[in-house]
Amino acid sequence: MKILYFAWIRTKIGLSEEVVELPGDVSTVSDLLDWLRQRGPQHADALEDESVVRVAVNEEYAQLDAPVSNADEVALFPPVTGG
Amino acid sequence: MIRVQQEDFDVGAEISNFVGSDKSIGALVTFVGLVRDMNDGDAVADMTLEHYPGMTEKMLEQIRAEAMERWPLSASLIVHRYGRLAPGEKIVLVITASAHRQSAFEANEFLVDWLKTKAPFWKHEETPEGARWVSARSSDDAAAARWARDSQKQ
Repeated sequence: MKILYFAWIRTKIGLSEEVVELPGDVSTVSDLLDWLRQRGPQHADALEDESVVRVAVNEEYAQLDAPVSNADEVALFPPVTGG
Repeated sequence: MIRVQQEDFDVGAEISNFVGSDKSIGALVTFVGLVRDMNDGDAVADMTLEHYPGMTEKMLEQIRAEAMERWPLSASLIVHRYGRLAPGEKIVLVITASAHRQSAFEANEFLVDWLKTKAPFWKHEETPEGARWVSARSSDDAAAARWARDSQKQ
């Protein structure tokens, strides 16, 4: 799976993207966030407060219960501030 | 039509291109968003707009399609910039046109409210207090929520 990070989630994690191989028990966005938090203290810190993490799966907004697989592109970012 | 670009845009030229030879347009509403030199009480020296290429275009096109479906518009245009911008520079242009003004006004406000809460852009600003990411405003969420009519999309 390709994961993209934007804005302060990117700077906290220190990566703009990474490619990961999901373990078999990660099947939803919520599972993915739990799994990513265990990758290290920076991931844990950046993703600690789910209320300020927005998720897109294949460039569409997704909720916590949305399914994910290794073939997906997932983006994690804070609430948007354009316009 | 939508465009996401680094370069500045010329509002007059955009309006001329937009109208073209369409004589059915009776009302045209233009919104231009600019970089302010103050935010949350601090002077802003410079701003950088980060975006998610691909999803940005997709979301802007979805928002535009929804406006075209909800109001009897002749046409609509969204141009949004990214990259480094100084105070006073233009960030976003939204043009809506219809036979009569009410639809053009309403659809324009809808587009601006919705793109502010849905299009994946993030503002990073430099102030005398240091550089910081701009926080989303609950007033923007409230403005967008006014237009919700059902649970479709997002």
